[in-house]
Amino acid sequence: MMFSQEARDIIYNGLWKQNPGIIQLLGLCPLLAISNNVVNALSLGLATTLVMAVASGSVAVIRNVIPHEIRIPAFVLIIAALVTVVELAMHAWMHALYIVLGVFIPLITTNCIVLARVEAFASKRSTAHSMLDATMMGLGLTGVLVALGGMREIVGKGTLFSGIDLALGPMAKGWVIPVIPDYQGLLIAILPPGAFIGLGLLIALRNVLQERGN
Amino acid sequence: MTPAIRETLSTALTLLVFSVVGAGLLSGAYTLTRPAIEASELAEKLALIAQTLPPGSFDNDLVGDARPLPVDALLGLKRPGLSYVARKAGNTTAVVLEAAAPDGYAGEIRLLVGIHADGRIAGVRVTAHRETPGLGDTIEIAKNRWITQFDGHSLGDTPDKDWQVRKDGGRFDYMAGATITPRAVVKATHKALQYFAAHRDELLQGTQP
Repeated sequence: MMFSQEARDIIYNGLWKQNPGIIQLLGLCPLLAISNNVVNALSLGLATTLVMAVASGSVAVIRNVIPHEIRIPAFVLIIAALVTVVELAMHAWMHALYIVLGVFIPLITTNCIVLARVEAFASKRSTAHSMLDATMMGLGLTGVLVALGGMREIVGKGTLFSGIDLALGPMAKGWVIPVIPDYQGLLIAILPPGAFIGLGLLIALRNVLQERGN
Repeated sequence: MTPAIRETLSTALTLLVFSVVGAGLLSGAYTLTRPAIEASELAEKLALIAQTLPPGSFDNDLVGDARPLPVDALLGLKRPGLSYVARKAGNTTAVVLEAAAPDGYAGEIRLLVGIHADGRIAGVRVTAHRETPGLGDTIEIAKNRWITQFDGHSLGDTPDKDWQVRKDGGRFDYMAGATITPRAVVKATHKALQYFAAHRDELLQGTQP
């Protein structure tokens, strides 16, 4: 195995044991708002992961330079600057997706999971481990987002990957999978209540699996 | 200088350095992305306007030739909008008006109404709305062809009483479960035509010398 025991613990914590989406229940606002289909969920999840990885990496590098009293403003400044860079890049090169995700891109700044990992992990640990931790936490969140987005999209619209052309360009238009042909749709799954019900089911499923394991 | 003051100063300086580095990063990213952002916003706007006109019906710079539209009850706009004149080989073929339906189910529905020089509708598109997903959003061309049923209608061949949804005795379809949204769009389109009829010459002249 190429990873040390510590690195394996970090990966396991981020993806499953301390999963931010279904265990820590951090960052629920975008989780609930943007999980109405897989493409939106995956895009916002990956954008958040990118911001988390770079933010945690930068904070870990300069963790010994930042005076303790002003660490939070400094962290927020770093995160906000990174998010703005990501937002500008998406606006420039993924315009259609930028329109769909809208205000939830700038709101990555206020997603508490980003600051939580920076404060709880990156400000105390090595750069490599901090970036690994942030990436795994981000991917853990992305996984929950995609699972929830997939559930809501199949139940609500009967498709998977609708709107993928917004992320990958017009050539991807044919990649939408009609899971249930001629499906009339179940509106509640797409609307906000569907997000709460879906997340509840995911948490319940995780708890069942956990109990089985013990 | 007491140690307390020195510590405060050094803390403040550290934060200042962070702010300067952050600002530098942002201005760099802004400069780098600005041309691409401006190009994609212009392309998006052009594509939307062009959808309300028949393909190949214009060869001028629609956005560059845009003229201001005043606030008018018939257009339903809260702030002055724009009209886009379409010309082919110097002849005006159509005009696209920004309009709004103030009485949608969830607030304002913003529209682009393309009108041929002879007063027939060339095309209508929704540019912004907050209608219910899955019900009212069938007014979007991406979701449904509904919005194309206006094409070809004019004040001349469609009398005022027909500018309503079928449920109210008019000739336009509506969606089961969502009548308020189509009703608002039909009304706004009708009013935009009336505005065009009242200001036809000014609108068609545009910037033409």
